[in-house]
Amino acid sequence: MLSQDLTTISPEIILSLFAMGALLLAVYTVKDKAASLLVWITSGLFVALAFWIATMGEGTTTAFSSMFVDDAFSRFAKVAILLAAAAVLVMSQDYMVKRDLLRFEYPILIMLSVVGMMMMVSAGDLMLLYMGLELQSLALYVVASLRRDSVKSTEAGLKYFVLGALSSGLLLYGASLTYGFAGTTSFAGIIKATDGGVSLGLLFGLVFMTTGFAFKVSAAPFHMWTPDVYEGSPTPVTAFLATAPKIAAMVLFARVMHDAFGKSVADWQQIVAFLSVLSMFVGGIAAIGQTDIKRLMAYSSIAHMGFALMGLAAGTAFGVQAMLIYLAIYVVMNIGTFAFILSMEKDGMPVTNIASLNMYSKREPLKALAMLVLLFSLAGVPPMLGFFGKFYVLRAAYEAGLGWLAVAGVVASVIGAFYYLRVVFFMYFGSEQDIQLDRNGSPILWGFLVASATVMIVGVVNLFGIEPLAEAASLALVN
Amino acid sequence: MTPIVIAFYAFAITTIGGGLMTVLARNPVHSVLWLILAFLSSAGLFVLLGAEFVAMLLIIVYVGAVAVLFLFVVMMLDVDFAELKAEMARYMPLALLIGVILLMQLALAFGFWDYSDGFEGRLAQPILDVENTKQLGLVIYDDYFLIFQLSGLILLVAMIGAIVLTLRHRTDVKRQNVMVQMSRDPAKAMELKDVKSGQGL
Repeated sequence: MLSQDLTTISPEIILSLFAMGALLLAVYTVKDKAASLLVWITSGLFVALAFWIATMGEGTTTAFSSMFVDDAFSRFAKVAILLAAAAVLVMSQDYMVKRDLLRFEYPILIMLSVVGMMMMVSAGDLMLLYMGLELQSLALYVVASLRRDSVKSTEAGLKYFVLGALSSGLLLYGASLTYGFAGTTSFAGIIKATDGGVSLGLLFGLVFMTTGFAFKVSAAPFHMWTPDVYEGSPTPVTAFLATAPKIAAMVLFARVMHDAFGKSVADWQQIVAFLSVLSMFVGGIAAIGQTDIKRLMAYSSIAHMGFALMGLAAGTAFGVQAMLIYLAIYVVMNIGTFAFILSMEKDGMPVTNIASLNMYSKREPLKALAMLVLLFSLAGVPPMLGFFGKFYVLRAAYEAGLGWLAVAGVVASVIGAFYYLRVVFFMYFGSEQDIQLDRNGSPILWGFLVASATVMIVGVVNLFGIEPLAEAASLALVN
Repeated sequence: MTPIVIAFYAFAITTIGGGLMTVLARNPVHSVLWLILAFLSSAGLFVLLGAEFVAMLLIIVYVGAVAVLFLFVVMMLDVDFAELKAEMARYMPLALLIGVILLMQLALAFGFWDYSDGFEGRLAQPILDVENTKQLGLVIYDDYFLIFQLSGLILLVAMIGAIVLTLRHRTDVKRQNVMVQMSRDPAKAMELKDVKSGQGL
């Protein structure tokens, strides 16, 4: 029995063993000099595991008495998480070396965080859910304050930690109420317990758990930490925060809502729809006044999470499929955008002021064009891939009878388009001024930027065949 | 009154009294000692419940480690407890509010809570006729193996994090090098002189 269970979780075991082995090896030998090599090996391992998971898995397997679930849904999420983490790690290397931040613990903490995410998306039990979530967040708190000599970075780490602990507390309180009602922490048991409807106590538990998840995906009104943490963390860490953990948290949200509370859709649908509307509008309106591009991306991520939640709010298999497609597109866009932000520097120092992009197109026409494509895509302008992501979630909401939500989404995306287009305006029609960004950029960042922009245009043809995969994943979850 | 009931009341009263005195005692060292009393008597309560493993944990971990740590903090840090105490009246309403909320939660748990249909069937089956430690061993390393290992990983991350965020290699301080110390040769490191009485060197 145990050997079968261990086979099911072998990707996670390999990753944890590698992390521990690398830690021991680096501590006893060359320490930080091994960091660069370790970053490359780790990314390679992530990509290899992603391919393995994508090709290996068939059907649904459970392990440890259905505590761990390996199905098409979790595999989709794991592949996305691993690839996103690999891309961000490779991108971060150059920046971290220049600022003397690259320590060998960085890739190891990222690896352990990814193990936590893989546990989260495969959780079939409230206890495993919590363990995965804590492993993931704890490693992120540390890397957020990695630049320990900077007040902003330590503030970011501390703020993230305190609010993260608060959200974990809310989540645990909700989980304990749920356990008290159902008598079990396994999702399969909880869904059986809700056969006869949802009692008031369980409803409280559901609301508290939703609040905890909303904190983790940074959905309004629980988004307050996001701008400060994004601004204060070192930029590669911000890029990581905006990609892989978002997928993990959204997927976990969807799994709990459908696997454990799938019979009480009507009870949570309105809460999720409310979170979705509020996030879209708060993200769109608050971003308008921002002058720092990292803060702008923070509000942008809040708005995007609002759209992804719209897919979840639909409460149907198509809604989950739309959410997965939206998340995949969002992550690719964000990787490209952060590749650009990482390459923004003046005299070797990082610059994050939006005003420094004035007339950028004159100096670097190709990079400006790639960024234009990405920003249009983030805004959801029709020919780009970002539009199709929005189109899917809007359709899912409309088909589930949430017409008002779809209308609100369209209005919010028009508001949101303003600040993306403002950056484009600065790049193409801004005024000449003295801050001039450096010309050279690392070829890796340049490659990621162009690749991401190309995906936004070429992907229109068939979304790179992601649609049937997302459909299979959603059908594995909702049935 | 059976002996068990008497023991329960004795332990319960000492727990509450200890807790109360922890807050009210003027001397912070006395507060910690009262806290230890509260821990010990709640360990007694756990024994009465048949949870001897938790009772021993409470004594070993809380009395042995946490209380000693508290004592260290109280004695080594220059915290003005009198000043903290003076503000107690200000926070009284908040404390009362928290107390009322806790009371309401107890009322919810023991009065008005409704369980789902078939609640008993879903509860984990108790393992009978073995002592606590063996019961825990049977589940932790079997049913909850995955979660147990994951908590180990979480502790590892906490350890790595503490080191990453605080360790600084300073070059301007003298460090102890154990190998150098141990490999010192007495013949070279010291010299024996025969000092005659009444004379200096």
